[in-house]
Amino acid sequence: MTRQQSQQLAIWVITAVSAIVVIPILIVILYMLYNGISTISWEFISQPPRNGMTEGGIFPALLGTIFLTLGTAVAAIPLGVGAAIYLAEYAGDNRLTRAIRLAIVNLAGIPSIVYGLFGLGMFVLFLNYGTSILAGSLTLGLMTLPVIISTAEEAILSVPQEFRIVSLSLGATRWQTIRNQVLPHALPGIITGVILGLGRAAGETAPILFTVAAFYLPNLPKSIFDQSMALPYHLYVIATQVPGMPLGIQYGTALILLFIVLSLTLVATLIRSTMRRRREW
Amino acid sequence: MKEQAMTPAKISVKNTTFTYGDGTQALKNINLDIRPNELFVLFGPSRSGKTTLMRLMNRLSDLIDDTTREGEILFNGQDVFGRRTDITDLRRRVSMVFAIPTPLPGSIYDNMTYGLRMAGIRDKAVIDERVERGLQQAAIWDEVKDRLDSSAFALSGGQKQRLCLARSLALEPEVILLDNPTSGLDPISTATVERSLYELKQTYTIIMVPHSVQQAARVADRAAFMLNGELVEVGTQQELFLNPHDKRTEDYITGRFG
Repeated sequence: MTRQQSQQLAIWVITAVSAIVVIPILIVILYMLYNGISTISWEFISQPPRNGMTEGGIFPALLGTIFLTLGTAVAAIPLGVGAAIYLAEYAGDNRLTRAIRLAIVNLAGIPSIVYGLFGLGMFVLFLNYGTSILAGSLTLGLMTLPVIISTAEEAILSVPQEFRIVSLSLGATRWQTIRNQVLPHALPGIITGVILGLGRAAGETAPILFTVAAFYLPNLPKSIFDQSMALPYHLYVIATQVPGMPLGIQYGTALILLFIVLSLTLVATLIRSTMRRRREW
Repeated sequence: MKEQAMTPAKISVKNTTFTYGDGTQALKNINLDIRPNELFVLFGPSRSGKTTLMRLMNRLSDLIDDTTREGEILFNGQDVFGRRTDITDLRRRVSMVFAIPTPLPGSIYDNMTYGLRMAGIRDKAVIDERVERGLQQAAIWDEVKDRLDSSAFALSGGQKQRLCLARSLALEPEVILLDNPTSGLDPISTATVERSLYELKQTYTIIMVPHSVQQAARVADRAAFMLNGELVEVGTQQELFLNPHDKRTEDYITGRFG
């Protein structure tokens, strides 16, 4: 085999591998579109389920997922970004920070059901928040923390060191330097990480199983101490727990959930690419 | 000697030894007095400790981990490493201009006002006056006065270098530390910068690492030759460049090594 031939072969193999990765995703999306698109209408999005959930829409679950995602953001962003700033800008390399980093890596590796059980023990029972949006948001927030911390830290570290040195040499304090030179330039990366983390949280079932999600609620939640329906759990329920569930509703619900997660990811990608293009250095 | 006794040193380096975390001894027992309004040149081959010494003077050396330091550095008679030193104030009074010109992201005006804003100066009239004077002193005002709002990254290398000098001057420091201010400049721009140095030392004390021995000889009032972290010889321009005492200084100046 000549060098040109082996090169050709390598390109073919790599292309084939890429296709193998992409094709199943496309098939899943197309199959869901084929089966679910006809169900989706304004009524489906804006109405509660009716008749033992076999009719009507998914509004309470959709709203619940939106609330939970916002709650996750409120819980995880300050903590995650704060921790990232500390790790990247203030903490040196010592036993304490190595322990913190190790803990973060381990947090990322914990199965989501374990977060769910921890949330049950910690927020629902011990702190007595009950099965509530608060408990669910905190549990999801905890699960999202490692993603936010590591992407935000990476974004902060990618800001050129010269900007920090110049800022300090011009008489800025350390915090002024972080505030004026580091965070503005790290922001696109931080936002991207936050949105990706939230996208993952929006689609999770296990952490909300014991902490917030309701099988069916006739009323919408009135405060953060109320239970709520949520899309991923609702999908699980109608796919496995309700006999005689029309397929169209199942696929429609899955499509909406997929749409939410995909659009969050898309927004993250867009933010990253536009801000990168606008960057001067 | 008589003159030295009359004018107190602006910066006085006493018995200073500085070692990096990897064990490299960058400075070995340095003793040096810098007088007000002189242009003092620190020269020598690379890795001789010139930049390290300058960075100690406004404590930019703090940014490096795991270093050890002995001795003291007095600025206006006060130990800069003393507990009462306000580091941000010190860095405004002893201002560093780096070898590689690094504008901050933003406009020329943003760059010029950054240090002032960080110092809490809000008065627009004061700020604008300092911006104009800084740019004029750095001999770049005429080139940028009509485009202060355009990006600092759009400037040429030589303009960036002068902008970074102007940015320091806007803080109205007492001492300017210039680390090779003409690196990468063409001969014409170099001459412009060297001319403005002469103007600047009427107002400021300047400590400079030169681009070359020739430049050192051209601009220095007094100079120090450094080699491997040691201060080999200090003297006036006449003494050092025409009549060096130390064999190593002579060899370096005449180009026998370097």
